[in-house]
Amino acid sequence: MAAVIVRNGLVVGPESATVADVLVVDGVIVAVGEGLDAPSRSREVDATGCWVGPGLVDLHTHLREPGGESAETIESGSRAAAVGGFTAVVAMPNTEPALDNVALVTYVLDQGSRALVDVAVAGAITLGRQGERLAPMAELAALGVRLFSDDGTGVQDAAVMRRALSYARPLGIRLAQHCEDTNLAAGGSMNEGALSSRLGLVGRPAAAEEIMVARDIELVRLTGAPLHFLHLSTARSLAAVGAARDEGLPVTAEVAPHHFTLDESACENYDAHYKVNPPLRSRDDVAAVRASLVNGWADAVATDHAPHAAELKDLPFDEAPAGMLGLEHAASLTFEALGSSSADPIRFFALLSRSPARIASLRHGDARVRHSGHGGAVVAGEDANLVVFDPSARWRASRDRLQSLAYNTPYDGRELEGRVRTTIVRGDVVVDEGVLA
Amino acid sequence: MITTIRGQNLLSLHDVSREAIVEVLDTAESFVEVHRRTVKKVPALKGRVVASLFFEESTRTRLSFETAAKRLSADVLSLAVASSSVKKGESLRDTIATIDALGLDAVVLRHRSSGAAEQVSRFVPHVRVINAGDGLHQHPTQGLLDAFTIRQVLAERRGITPSDTGATLFDGLHILIVGDILHSRVARSDVDAYVTLGAQVRVAAPGTLLPVDIATWPVEVVDDFDEALEWADVIGLLRLQNERGTGSFVPSLREFTTTFGLTAARARRLRPETLLMHPGPINRGVELDSVVADLPAAIIERQVSNGVPIRMAVLYLTVAGVTSEVA
Repeated sequence: MAAVIVRNGLVVGPESATVADVLVVDGVIVAVGEGLDAPSRSREVDATGCWVGPGLVDLHTHLREPGGESAETIESGSRAAAVGGFTAVVAMPNTEPALDNVALVTYVLDQGSRALVDVAVAGAITLGRQGERLAPMAELAALGVRLFSDDGTGVQDAAVMRRALSYARPLGIRLAQHCEDTNLAAGGSMNEGALSSRLGLVGRPAAAEEIMVARDIELVRLTGAPLHFLHLSTARSLAAVGAARDEGLPVTAEVAPHHFTLDESACENYDAHYKVNPPLRSRDDVAAVRASLVNGWADAVATDHAPHAAELKDLPFDEAPAGMLGLEHAASLTFEALGSSSADPIRFFALLSRSPARIASLRHGDARVRHSGHGGAVVAGEDANLVVFDPSARWRASRDRLQSLAYNTPYDGRELEGRVRTTIVRGDVVVDEGVLA
Repeated sequence: MITTIRGQNLLSLHDVSREAIVEVLDTAESFVEVHRRTVKKVPALKGRVVASLFFEESTRTRLSFETAAKRLSADVLSLAVASSSVKKGESLRDTIATIDALGLDAVVLRHRSSGAAEQVSRFVPHVRVINAGDGLHQHPTQGLLDAFTIRQVLAERRGITPSDTGATLFDGLHILIVGDILHSRVARSDVDAYVTLGAQVRVAAPGTLLPVDIATWPVEVVDDFDEALEWADVIGLLRLQNERGTGSFVPSLREFTTTFGLTAARARRLRPETLLMHPGPINRGVELDSVVADLPAAIIERQVSNGVPIRMAVLYLTVAGVTSEVA
């Protein structure tokens, strides 16, 4: 019998938070309360002054396997996830080749079953992510895949997207869209505006994202199928999705830490570490994304963790690939964006665990895809996927201390507030005192 | 704000002050005289190594930089790679590191990517980097030589010495820039130079070839092209950059020429003293009519020959970096 007792933390539930102990035995929470007796030889985790909540769930992780193993593997990405407090990640399908068939998805699930955290898979919406013919979504759904996306690009053809939504609806799966009109954003490598013009860089206008968000809201209205909006980066996108949700349409939205932390001015020195799609936006948009964390327009924070080999980020800005690392700093950046010392722990876990687990259908364990339940209340009977977050910690991000194989973090040297101290996956302490066990 | 380029990199004219620009123009003026000598060489950069790296095709810029470096007695390493560094299989960083290992004082870089010169300046912080054109961003020596040429011609007309005039000849000078502003690094550098020196600048272009943020530029967008031609003391025509896909920004080259080309008919409306400039290479019959290119008011060849003294001045100031006689 393997037992862990998490002592004296602020146990954060969906509606309230109280100081208590959490006792875990054989991968399951067996008791929550004050002054619990622990079995002999239990591992003790002192969580005094810390938040104890459900393990974080990342809706948007690029694990790069298969095809991009020099930048990240399922194994290395899962270590980065664990250090970042994530107990489950959704692997995006824009690998080489794309995850658009049973064999490839099975491969990733198999690799994922040996990883440090639960690895769910998002399947491709269209074959090869080409935006033309539908991928075998029913076959993949039968494997347990619950989320589908052509992320990296969005499905450009409105008729194909409509068909995908109509096909998905009776399967009980959810599509997730990377909203950017590729024609409007063509050749662009940063937000379009005065700065891109001065730097001589072709811009990706906010409208490229907003047009596709508006289009897809209408397609959701037309088909009734649920749709998740990936990494929304503009005020107007978020407002549009917020209004659609208020109408009762089945839409959800995530925002990425870099979009509420960094603005386009970071691109000023042509450092490709700040190149990402959708791009870092204007200061006003950044403020709106930050506000969406509390006004409810955003359901979830998702990292869009996008490892790239170091030599590729040394390329000229317009030639370098887009994307930045996210898993290891997302919790701290979200904590800061929620107001640091005044941050609401309930909202923190709603954004980083409960909503993403619901959107990715990871709330309950599924033996077919070999994952446990995530994002629940911290109560007896739940799978023991837990994180201990220290809101008083101060630390400095460093590219030299990443679990990820890649180095392309935009936060190197940045002072951060709040830190993941302990990560417990299926009852095992995989990260303690911020380092891998 | 950069108040002198002595000992500095020259990546852009965006933050370069009027004094710094005038210093380059005056220094270049002193090098014009070298050109008239039988022995067209000065020892100013003797023993220094200048690498000329052109990752994008260029004739005049490359030749004039290399000529300039040689006239200053520098050793010149020349590498022309008219294709992406990536396609060649070696990264820009590695290429620079390789050449730097040979002992470099300065790099003259032409690259199709905006910001490439600035990135190189981070890879080799001990080497002076001179931007010879980066993507759609800047072409600072072109801006300097255009300003130099204008000042030289206006001074000649008045029978005065250019270097005695500072920036005064630009006060209130009407300069019209015509054509593909959006894709033009020359336009960005020219606007920076002209406005900093005190000129009034207008731009004329089809709506698709104006930058999105043109309202924030210190220029006026022309409504009536024909009227602006009469207003202008200097007209700078830009190349329609078909190689950058500019063709799809206008319905046809014919329509561009009809609306914004300097046709022979339009040229008849110009005041005789109005200067016509073009950074080259010219698309004859597109931006300007062949006949117009050969008018006396066209100082296009003068721009080319002034490339050498301007680039000598830039190399001298950035690399030697100290105040001394030109020898």
